[in-house]
Amino acid sequence: MTAFLFYFLSALTIVAALFVVFNREAVNSAMCMILALGGVAGMFVLLDAYFLAALQVVVYAGAVMVLFLFIIMLMDTRARRIRVTEMDLVAGIGALLMLTVGAIWLAHKFPAVAEMPEIHPLPSDQVALGYASATKTFGFGLFTRYMLPFQVAGFLLLISMVGVIVLSKKQPAEDDKSDQVRK
Amino acid sequence: MQPGLQAYLTVAGLLFAIGFAGVLLRKNTLIIYMCLELMLSATTLALVAFSRFYGTMDGALFVFFIITVAAAEVAVGLAIIVALYRRRRTVQVDELNYLKH
Repeated sequence: MTAFLFYFLSALTIVAALFVVFNREAVNSAMCMILALGGVAGMFVLLDAYFLAALQVVVYAGAVMVLFLFIIMLMDTRARRIRVTEMDLVAGIGALLMLTVGAIWLAHKFPAVAEMPEIHPLPSDQVALGYASATKTFGFGLFTRYMLPFQVAGFLLLISMVGVIVLSKKQPAEDDKSDQVRK
Repeated sequence: MQPGLQAYLTVAGLLFAIGFAGVLLRKNTLIIYMCLELMLSATTLALVAFSRFYGTMDGALFVFFIITVAAAEVAVGLAIIVALYRRRRTVQVDELNYLKH
């Protein structure tokens, strides 16, 4: 059952990701992106990361993609043909080569880890920050070993909030004028 | 047969490659940005898989931070794109060649 779910979800994610890239309409791309992120969330469930799956759906597939859709609908984005330049081809071949090398390396490096280790829902006392599916584990990790990054992440959110407000304020008029002169 | 770590890493790698292809091929800034998010999502999948198969929580906690940073980054990035659009009336990267001339 797990194997079937895994293959189903991975196929869904990959196909949706391909549609994100090769769809000419930006709105359709965004819809396929939601599907792909949902597939990744499903794979998080298969990996016993239930909290992360919920977070992925709420934050990514929910908030972030709604933001994307708003902006896409705000702008006029006409569908365009996808043109492939020589530089794209060179970069694509390079990326494919790197991917092949990575796949070969993976096949040699990780043949041993095929079985998922047994876990309990609640963290055990034996291993420091051992894997557990309960949300409590996240809280414990965030408030012990990752206390400083947690605080920094909070500050980052505050900074980004202020930054968005500053960026979306109306630009001063003199900037526009000098811009037009240069044009 | 249970899918092993390699299977998850393969999916993550493919997802990353597709996102990278999107960044290279597409000219619409918004779709490029979405493909970047796809690449980020692929790395989170790889991190959670490593975390699960090695029985430690660190990778999963890293993913928590990645999602936080991605949310902040998307908000700022989209604000920049909107500001750009207000000024240039386009979001196609091949038309945004103001620094070139």
